[in-house]
Amino acid sequence: MWMVEIPPFVPFFVGALIAAVTHGLLRNVLMVSIPIISAFHLSMVPEAVHLQFVFLDYQLIPYQVDKLSLMFAYVFHIAAFIAIIYSLHVRDTLQQVAAMMYTGSGLGAVFAGDLLTLFVFWEFLAFSSVFLIWARRTQRAYVAGMRYLIIQVLSGIILLVGALFYAVENGTLAFSYIGLDSFSGCLIFIAFGIKCAFPLAHNWLTDAYPEATVTGTVFLSAFSTKVAVYALARAYPGTELLIYIGAAMACFPILFAVIENDLRRVLAYSLINQVGFMVVGIGIGTALAINGTVSHAFAHIIYKGLLFMSMGAVLHMTGRINGSDLGGLYKTMPKTTVLCIVGAASISAFPLFSGFVSKSMVMAAALENGFNWIWLTLLFASAGVFHHAGIKIPYFAFFAHDSGIRVSDPPNNMLCAMVIAAGLCIFIGVYPTALYALLPYETGYNPYDASHVLAQTQLLFFAALAFVWLNLRGVYPPELRATNLDFDWFYRRFFPNLLQKIFSIIWKKDKAFRQAFLAKLSRCLIFIAQKNDGISVLLSRTYPASSMVMWVAVTLAIYLFLSFIH
Amino acid sequence: METDKNHLFDNPKNVKWFLYILYGSCAALFILDFVVHRHIRLSWGNLWGFYPIYGFVGCIVLVHVAKWARTFLMRPEDYYASEGKGNQSVAELEAPLCVEEKSVEEKRSTKAGDHNVDG
Repeated sequence: MWMVEIPPFVPFFVGALIAAVTHGLLRNVLMVSIPIISAFHLSMVPEAVHLQFVFLDYQLIPYQVDKLSLMFAYVFHIAAFIAIIYSLHVRDTLQQVAAMMYTGSGLGAVFAGDLLTLFVFWEFLAFSSVFLIWARRTQRAYVAGMRYLIIQVLSGIILLVGALFYAVENGTLAFSYIGLDSFSGCLIFIAFGIKCAFPLAHNWLTDAYPEATVTGTVFLSAFSTKVAVYALARAYPGTELLIYIGAAMACFPILFAVIENDLRRVLAYSLINQVGFMVVGIGIGTALAINGTVSHAFAHIIYKGLLFMSMGAVLHMTGRINGSDLGGLYKTMPKTTVLCIVGAASISAFPLFSGFVSKSMVMAAALENGFNWIWLTLLFASAGVFHHAGIKIPYFAFFAHDSGIRVSDPPNNMLCAMVIAAGLCIFIGVYPTALYALLPYETGYNPYDASHVLAQTQLLFFAALAFVWLNLRGVYPPELRATNLDFDWFYRRFFPNLLQKIFSIIWKKDKAFRQAFLAKLSRCLIFIAQKNDGISVLLSRTYPASSMVMWVAVTLAIYLFLSFIH
Repeated sequence: METDKNHLFDNPKNVKWFLYILYGSCAALFILDFVVHRHIRLSWGNLWGFYPIYGFVGCIVLVHVAKWARTFLMRPEDYYASEGKGNQSVAELEAPLCVEEKSVEEKRSTKAGDHNVDG
């Protein structure tokens, strides 16, 4: 059937076109229907290679379907559907078009069967998503977007170079297991790592996501990093280095999240923390671990979207997002409060919420394979994520001290999107079989084991107890209006300052050198001119050079005249 | 719509109740540790009170480390806000240099002119 050959990114790119030329109700209806139609179409697509052609002696496969890519595609559709509903009130064509392009690019990337196609969508992701940041139309958003774009494009270029090396080394561009054994493998790993927000390459995320628009951040949180997780899961399963990188990712952002004031930045840090769990799963690489990674990505996209939506609703209604400015909003935003708590419970992996059934697979896989210290680290990260995302976010936004802000719940479309996301969080948590049925491997894992439920509940309740205890003792760090330095300090402050200093020294030296040279040159010229004056006293001292030119011309004219006569 | 005074947590009693429920749950969960038979691979997991203590201590350590990190990571809110100004200052720095360069050029050209004209 020819319909099967239409890659899923096409409906979204068409949607972008439609969004550009329509407006009002028509646009809303079309935008909402696109993910539904596309998802329906996708549900009929069998696993196979659906599109391929030869390009410069290389077999390109722009559209290849298997269980791993399908899983990501399903959740991308869900995320797009929710985020589109969430942004229905937005009257900004730029954002709508960028969002559709961005979703389409994400889908294109997960169905890419070769590295060149992956590169194209990788860059598309960068160029379409940056407009969701710039659409905020503030100076901060503009510069943050610029930094974001530079880093994303850099990642793409490294990917391209890696892909070219890979093609030379292996004679193929097919995107399958790559591994770290070759130079190209390392390059591609770095490219994926940048987009996956590996430690030290993570600041594009915490820098740009909180600067994006209210609705833009919801889209952003779903696709970029998850495409990178997908790419790592396909190309580097079982790479031990990933376990340690993932464990670091799960841990260090928690510290920043605890002291961060901008609540959307707190969520951005916790996004890295959650992606850390997925990366550990890829590093372990067993069937259970990969299942854990994929299902955690699935659940994560939904609950993280929900959390970003609830904080977006707060920002939309109050115009503020700093924990120090907020508080007491539960009084007038009860629905948003409840929905945010559902998201918080999900990310904290409370039993009966989605995070519980997905994260535990990665943890179980870590134990099964003897990574006990990693397991302990992840357990600490689990407690930590509850601390900063599970408690801090709802507490400082909706409870804590009363900020006196009295705003109502957000518009219905935003609430509706949050309700859908919250419903899915609970549905996956209560009925994980539905999620497990979609997973790439059959493992027979059961999360609702009495000891597991008890252990997790104990961990979380005592983490909550620690929060209460610290708060009552007044030890808990208050929300302060401040900027916390992170690794981006190096490229935002240290290197620019260093370069500025170096260049100012170079300029000074250069200026001194040139002035000295000019002085020398003019002295030479004066010297030569004086000599010349001495020689030419008799002939030309008082005549300008132009008079000589004139006389030469006259002489030549006479010659010419004489030649005619002759 | 509720009036501003009788929201759920405006009444300290409700807050207390909420906390008591939390304390009660924690105590119950701690006791359950002795009742429920665990079958966990890891030896640490079998220690009684491992998860509660790990969660509690872990969070306290986390918060203290984060507080300590504030001492050297925290900067004023507008720390990076001078980025734009920083760029301007670079431009300003460049500008006088350019002017100076021009003036040098001018001087040079006038000098050159002097030489071209005899006299």
